Amino acid sequence: MQHHTLSCCGGVRPSLPPPLSFRWSKIKRERCRRLPRCARIAAQLELKAPPYSLSSLEPHMSRETLEYHWGRHHRAHVASLNNLIAGTDLDGMGLDEIVVVSYNKGNPLPPFVHAAQVWNHDFFWQSIKPGGGGRPSGRLMELIERDFGSFDRMLEEFKRAALTQFGSGWAWLVYKANRLDVGNAVNPCPSEKDNKLVVLKSPNAVNPIVWDYFPLLAIDVWEHAYYLDYENRRADYVSIFLEKLVSWEAVSDRLDVAIERAAERAREDETRRQEDDTAVSHSEAVEMYLDSDTDDSEAE
Amino acid sequence: MAMALPLAYASSVVHPFEAGRLSFSTKATKHKKQIYQFRKVTKVLAYYGLTNPPYKLDALEPYMSRRTLELHWGNIHRGYVDSLNKQLPNSPFYGCTMEELIKTTFNNGNPLPEYNNAAEVWNHDFFWESMQPNGGRLPWGGVLDQIEKDFGSFSNFRDEFVHSAMKLFGSGWVWLVLKTNERRLSIVRTSNALCPLVWGDIPIISLDMWEHAYYLDYKDDVSKYVNNFMDHLISWHSATARMVRAEAFVNLGEPKIPVA
Repeated sequence: MQHHTLSCCGGVRPSLPPPLSFRWSKIKRERCRRLPRCARIAAQLELKAPPYSLSSLEPHMSRETLEYHWGRHHRAHVASLNNLIAGTDLDGMGLDEIVVVSYNKGNPLPPFVHAAQVWNHDFFWQSIKPGGGGRPSGRLMELIERDFGSFDRMLEEFKRAALTQFGSGWAWLVYKANRLDVGNAVNPCPSEKDNKLVVLKSPNAVNPIVWDYFPLLAIDVWEHAYYLDYENRRADYVSIFLEKLVSWEAVSDRLDVAIERAAERAREDETRRQEDDTAVSHSEAVEMYLDSDTDDSEAE
Repeated sequence: MAMALPLAYASSVVHPFEAGRLSFSTKATKHKKQIYQFRKVTKVLAYYGLTNPPYKLDALEPYMSRRTLELHWGNIHRGYVDSLNKQLPNSPFYGCTMEELIKTTFNNGNPLPEYNNAAEVWNHDFFWESMQPNGGRLPWGGVLDQIEKDFGSFSNFRDEFVHSAMKLFGSGWVWLVLKTNERRLSIVRTSNALCPLVWGDIPIISLDMWEHAYYLDYKDDVSKYVNNFMDHLISWHSATARMVRAEAFVNLGEPKIPVA
């Protein structure tokens, strides 16, 4: 999802710092301290082009919209992001990581809006294609029918999320296989049914990866996405998006990756739990509360 | 301003709480039925009305096109009024003035469903009146004095206003407000439908920074939109009127203590 081009003179690319315990002011101080004078390292994220030409989504999404939406809005976010992260800890991280780290658990740092919008727009361009629409098939369709009742019900819910997102934002179809960020929050009887498809909406630049979901499909309901083509008729835009633009192949591919990742996590949890179990059973019995040799009760 | 006049279009005026009790007397039933059948009215109750901007829809050209106003006022603002009217029969807030409704539904930061619609109706009314054809340029008199007192100079104020508008991310509004507690003018940026009335402040001028306000005319060139607003659209007449009214609620000057 991201490209890096490193340009440095005489210096060495710094190794990635340990994650978490992250403060914006600390980064700014370290900006001066970490790098030797002569090395100017700039890892630049690039603006990725959509996998189709700008006029190929006509008449559902006009060339003009794409020229502004991709060519100006998306590009501006990439440029701002590169400016903000240059020389800081975030520089050199993958885009996913930048988004999660700068979200800072709900107290976002300045690069967050730009990183998230770059991520969101990349994802959005890849979610649509010329001649899109139709119906999904295979595992995706099975899961949709399992979790929403029917494909039409899922579309209804998706449309409702997109239309009720007040202000700017995004509506998502995500794969939920998340768990609490607490060490012992392990599902004792994990099953494939706990992982399911969910429809979400998020405001402004927020992105479900910060909530540990795996996004499958996104629609941009910022007004700049549809105002030139549909004026204020967001409902028409969402309907056309679902009928004529959405690329269910891309969604299916992402679902496969999501399921694979969830299975891997489940395996990791399982092995970790087994290790814990064996560790406990092998340890010596611990003696406790031995104040005196006698067993007499103190209240005598 | 949106007036809280309950407008009833039906030939029979129905108070919502009495709707269930409406009945015709048996003596004149047949006669009345004949009359009402001819009229074929549906009982429509609108609690708030859509007020017109104080100028024609093409009067703000070329800085805000007629099409933008047709959509912004005719569809979006009207849509908020209609949604609010649909929500009100099922809510306990009948009979409030718009400002009371906004403060109540804001619910101290945990807004109720009617808040977005009510606030956006008010915000848009306020916005249309914050603009005028041949607007812009400088304020005068008390407003200019107050701006110079609180911001140093008019150009400081203008720069700060433009800067605040450019920094807004997402949808929202930029306001020049008179802060009642601090008793000074200030520039405030709010998101989505948030309105400074909920903090008890008195707005003087507002600028709609939702993309629907400028996208057709300026696309992504936000700074041109804001600068055009400051130079050609802003209505200092309205600002003056609002300041005059605000001074009834906020004492801006030093108290005049008589010297014996």
